[in-house]
Amino acid sequence: MNPSSSTTADGVLPAHDAHDAHGADHAHPSYLVDGTTIKSWLLTVDHKRIALMYLVWILLFFLVGGIFAMAIRLEMLTPGPTIMDAMTYNRTFTLHGMIMIFLFMIPAIPAVFGNFVLPLMLGAKDVAFPRLNLASLYIYLAGAFLALWGMLNGGLDTGWTFYTPYSTHTTTTVAPVLFGAFIIGFSSIATGLNFIVTIHTMRAPGITWFKLPLFVWALYATSCIQVLATPVIGLLMVIVTGEQLFHFGLFDPARGGDPVLFQHLFWFYSHPAVYIMVLPSFGVMSEVVATYSRKNLFGYRAIAYSSLGIAFVGFFVWGHHMFVSGQSTFDAGVFGVITMLVGVFTAIKVFNWVGTVYKGAVDFKTPFAYFCGFLFFTVFGGMTGIAVATTSLDVHWHDTYFVVAHFHFIMVGATVMAFLASIHYWFPKMFGRVYHEGWGLVAAVFIVLGFNATFIPQFLLGNYGMPRRYFEYPERYQALNVASTAGASLLAFGFVIISVYLTYALVYGRPSGKNPWRSKGYEWISDSPPPTHNFVGPQPTFSEEPHLYVDPKKAEVPNAV
Amino acid sequence: MSNLADKILFLPERASTFAERVDNLHYFVVGVTMVSSIAVGLAAVFMFFRYRRRTPNQATEYVVPNLPTEFLFVSVPLVFFLLWFAIGFRDFIFFTTPPKDTYDVYVMGKQWMWKFAYPEGPNGVNVLHVPANRPVRLLITSRDVLHSFYVPAFRIKMDALPGRYTQAWFEATKPGTYQVLCTEYCGLSHSKMLAEVVVLSPEDFEEWLKDQQRGRLAGRQDALADTSLVPPVARMAEQGQKLAGTQGCFKCHTMDGAQHIGPTFLGMYDRMEKLETGQTVRVDEAYITQSMMDPGAHIVSGYKNVMPTFQGKLQGPETAAIVEFIKSLRTANVREGASQGPAYEPIQ
Repeated sequence: MNPSSSTTADGVLPAHDAHDAHGADHAHPSYLVDGTTIKSWLLTVDHKRIALMYLVWILLFFLVGGIFAMAIRLEMLTPGPTIMDAMTYNRTFTLHGMIMIFLFMIPAIPAVFGNFVLPLMLGAKDVAFPRLNLASLYIYLAGAFLALWGMLNGGLDTGWTFYTPYSTHTTTTVAPVLFGAFIIGFSSIATGLNFIVTIHTMRAPGITWFKLPLFVWALYATSCIQVLATPVIGLLMVIVTGEQLFHFGLFDPARGGDPVLFQHLFWFYSHPAVYIMVLPSFGVMSEVVATYSRKNLFGYRAIAYSSLGIAFVGFFVWGHHMFVSGQSTFDAGVFGVITMLVGVFTAIKVFNWVGTVYKGAVDFKTPFAYFCGFLFFTVFGGMTGIAVATTSLDVHWHDTYFVVAHFHFIMVGATVMAFLASIHYWFPKMFGRVYHEGWGLVAAVFIVLGFNATFIPQFLLGNYGMPRRYFEYPERYQALNVASTAGASLLAFGFVIISVYLTYALVYGRPSGKNPWRSKGYEWISDSPPPTHNFVGPQPTFSEEPHLYVDPKKAEVPNAV
Repeated sequence: MSNLADKILFLPERASTFAERVDNLHYFVVGVTMVSSIAVGLAAVFMFFRYRRRTPNQATEYVVPNLPTEFLFVSVPLVFFLLWFAIGFRDFIFFTTPPKDTYDVYVMGKQWMWKFAYPEGPNGVNVLHVPANRPVRLLITSRDVLHSFYVPAFRIKMDALPGRYTQAWFEATKPGTYQVLCTEYCGLSHSKMLAEVVVLSPEDFEEWLKDQQRGRLAGRQDALADTSLVPPVARMAEQGQKLAGTQGCFKCHTMDGAQHIGPTFLGMYDRMEKLETGQTVRVDEAYITQSMMDPGAHIVSGYKNVMPTFQGKLQGPETAAIVEFIKSLRTANVREGASQGPAYEPIQ
């Protein structure tokens, strides 16, 4: 059923449309057409336009990273060389990791969807520092292009982890790539700061902390990590660049340095960075599950606090990447047991999402299909995370394909599911058009099945003992590798379908109306697409909590836990 | 039962005592993971169907969890996770604590091969011979970048770090040949850095050792054994003593327990030393290596920081030989307690 066809159908509940008097007001054109020159886009300070520009670049980098992923899977089809030589392969997986992590996953949800809907959810005209917001986009692009330039001119073959002393000895171009990542870090910090200040100072009257949509809570926790952890990796990138160019010797044992120190500093950022990627996904899913099951969130405060809990505990678990690096047994125990807490916080969220569906009214639309995929990836990916944090088991699994499959499940699976859910869920909000629901569900099936078919064989490869970053491998591993590559093809096909029907919808899609999902999320109070300053007239007040679908006649609302 | 589970999970064969210990937990954790993901999935599917939307603007009940529900959400996973942690950590301690009287082999990773050196003298490249049913300890180091020594059949793995020793131990349960893989990315031929562990029955192993000491490699089948290194038939400790002489160790360290500028080598190995910081440290391979590479890091109480670094002057095998030499001076505790102070003040 086309959601737009019955926007005004009689229902039990009025949507937020009550104060919709400006739908097609020519005095307040939508942000998409308010200024049509190239300059009006490139120099805009409108958070929505900045979000769209981020979206374009991030999709482009996602495409590039995805092409590298397919190249890796093709190379893994046979035990020997298949389509490239060892050096090219090493560069390819490095590029794949770098692009997907630094250029896609870290900014994907906060910079695009966070930027777009955060002010709408808060009833604000824009973020707190609109110019800083624009600057963060250009800083991101500057860093991205410096890194890409370095990758094309000499490449980098260290893997995205840049472990010393290999990274300080390799003949490939380390400096520009690391410096690019360093610059991107500033963009991340700027976005984080901007969001924190926005959330603290720009909430509309009526929005108390515990009436914030959970996506805002997730962004808040993410921003805190971005601001606190990113400087550490920035510092580290500078030191490694210095090692390469000026031979500092901090990490080089030949000069009295300590290579393991690098790993500590690296994971001190890069473990929290995993939560920078995955926490916004959790936030998106809280919105999606509430909207499509027409329910207030089961355990709102539990979900909100667990985001903060993950953000906090995430800073004290980095050593679980280093159980076999020569770190002491005691350290391994401490890091192992703290890691279990992350699993508990995530479990709280999962149970509360499933609880939200309980006694709900589920409309199985495309974003909800991605929610289902997300649920599975989070549970299975999260619990395999507990498995690799179990010290004795990790001795076998460390640096094998089990770890590769685990982090693709939890980090990539969750983020990509949430990214796709966001694109579909907020497509009408952003463009005022609807996509074809049938194709949306078909593509979701391809994506979810393809993802499983790609990475479940990799879990088994890890059990079987295949190390990661292997250009060639013993023949016994071939069958599972072929299975994984076949799955990756399904996945790629799903993305092709999505790009076709979304592009079509962008141009020919029917108008969506203001609130096609009849969501009671705060962001749907404004028009779709919203006018330049989001709200026409005085700042709206928010009397109800978000996602309140209770029949007003019997709205006897107990206090939420 | 476990055979079927091994097939489903693609687990390699188990050939060490650690593998047998750790795989039960593996089944437990992976089993619960699969059951719980399927359970959450089924619960979700059931509810998607049971609570499907019937009218477009359907109102719903306001449902929030009560405290016992939230408590359940927290406690059930926590109990499982902590249980796994406890079992896992017990096994991890087993893995990181080698028993006394292990058979020691020195392992050095370099781009892109593994070298093995035995206390009795023989060296080997890419083939490690060990006796079955006897704890074997590997003292692992690297000559260049990071590597990691991984034997899937033993379920063990340990990183090789330049300039220091890490240790890993195992007790192979059955004779056979098992693959060694490098699992820390080390450059161009990372995936070709393979080796083998050949587990021999104790008698065969003694035989093999004797063969090696006689320098009779020529007739053997394992073509990978590095014949170019023959004959380094002298015991490692003897090589170490020679090296210690040429490197000038004896200018400060004695072999007979006499006091001098540095602590005596006699009985040094495995002794608990008091450091000038007040901490105590066990003198093991890692500490001795660190003291050669970075002498100022942990100074034994009462001594001056006067030793030069041997970083870059000693190669991995040479370091190993000196360590082995110091170990050979292990006595039934000639003298109790820490080393005495230096005999005279060096001229500054």
